[in-house]
Amino acid sequence: MGQEVKLDLKKIELREINEKLQSAERCEGKSDFTIINPKGCHALCVGLVHNLNIIINGHVGYYCAGMNQNANVTINGNVSTGVAENMMSGIVHVMGNASQSAGATGHGGLLIIDGNASSRCGISMKGIDIVVKGSVGHMSAFMAQSGTLLVCGDAGDALGDSLYETEIFVKGKVKSLGVDCIEKEIKPRHLIKIIGLLEKSKIKNIKPEQFKRYGSARKLYNFNIDNVSKY
Amino acid sequence: MCGIVGLYLKNKKYEKSLGIFLSGMLNSMETRGPDSAGFAIYTKEVKNNYKYSICLNKLSEKEFKDKINDFIKKVKINKFYDHVILETNEKPNKILRILKENLNEVSLIGYGKSINIFKQTGNPRDIVKNFNLSSFSGSHGIGHTRMATESAITTEGSHPYSTAEDECLVHNGSLSNHNNVRRSLIKKGESFRSENDTEVAAGYISSQISEGKDLESALKECLKNLDGFYTFIAGTKKGFALLRDEIACKPAVIAETDNYVAIASEFQAMAHLPGINKANIFEPEPGIVYSWGKK
Repeated sequence: MGQEVKLDLKKIELREINEKLQSAERCEGKSDFTIINPKGCHALCVGLVHNLNIIINGHVGYYCAGMNQNANVTINGNVSTGVAENMMSGIVHVMGNASQSAGATGHGGLLIIDGNASSRCGISMKGIDIVVKGSVGHMSAFMAQSGTLLVCGDAGDALGDSLYETEIFVKGKVKSLGVDCIEKEIKPRHLIKIIGLLEKSKIKNIKPEQFKRYGSARKLYNFNIDNVSKY
Repeated sequence: MCGIVGLYLKNKKYEKSLGIFLSGMLNSMETRGPDSAGFAIYTKEVKNNYKYSICLNKLSEKEFKDKINDFIKKVKINKFYDHVILETNEKPNKILRILKENLNEVSLIGYGKSINIFKQTGNPRDIVKNFNLSSFSGSHGIGHTRMATESAITTEGSHPYSTAEDECLVHNGSLSNHNNVRRSLIKKGESFRSENDTEVAAGYISSQISEGKDLESALKECLKNLDGFYTFIAGTKKGFALLRDEIACKPAVIAETDNYVAIASEFQAMAHLPGINKANIFEPEPGIVYSWGKK
């Protein structure tokens, strides 16, 4: 290979496309594969392990680029539930909006959403970095364990509920914080982190100082003995 | 799981294609609900003309005709698979009484001046074909494909539920307090034909509307009094409205263009609609009523 390959979901079965991508080797080109006519299909580009550049033109369904390792997947459209869920590494870039549970349980890599993400964005994230240029819905970063969630717009209700050690940065308003999630001081190392994510996501015109930091109050880590009579 | 769809046409030139568009939407929601399917189509009302959507069950069209002619003479009957649309100037009170007292072998699915409603068990693709959905024209319609959880796979357990004149409801989700709500509605005089949770929600919305609320306010009341998971699409002859519960586990996507508003559980149900790639596509927020309709 060496030339860009066009894959048309009108002509080729989803399973065949996924198998092809899962076994493909990297080539030198702007994009190795362009996928057209996804028409909201589910589980497109899941389980990729190689360092490929893939562009999807159109709106896709559930679990797009799930379990991604190494691949760089760009979606020119919206995505449904669970984009990049359980991602290990690589980059997934959504040019439109994302539905609920974007980047759920992700272990690594970078998920960029140019539009808004709806509820439960980054639920149980375990090391992934998620950048949302718009806003996120309620219960985002619920039980999030590590990694970073950076939101350039607003956040919905119960942000960071039952949070472990994920760092959350929000530029806009937070409707409400979840249980055990508190606002924390921004230190120089946080600014460096924000600058890095803004650069990687090619976001200009936003200063790192405009963000507020939210994190775990760490009060749910251990059982509070004063509550013993309640059980 | 279940799949729900709705299509409201802003541009009259598409009215002839409503059935074709809705067929495609329901067909692609087959995977979300393979147990049963149904749909409601709203057509132009004619003054003093009522339409009764009736499932004949085991009765033949001729037997039904003979029986109904014993009570009323001036009727028009159109057959669609095992349903008929009975058109007459007779008012609902009279027809409902006749059906209840003298024709209890058939099931009334819904009635009104505008609504045509059909539902049956089986694969959605077969149902769409059997009822010849693509032949229908109209101003708006809603549909449902069911994966049964709360009650048995029967015609009565299928959606949409119509609990008042020209009103209907489809639901993706499950309600946990439907028995309590059903009991309180029965005390108020409502009656129910199934054990299904959605029928209770439909009855609840109808009872709110009968107290004088508009569709939007009636749906807002659901947020206070219905417990469980839901994405609802509720139809009236003017249009339809959508509501998701505040947890919003059950999906919904809206696509709006100058010509139509489409709602579906998944985007793939609307991928075939004209101009979809230029539509404004968004996910409705939890706990907010979205509505479209004629003034």
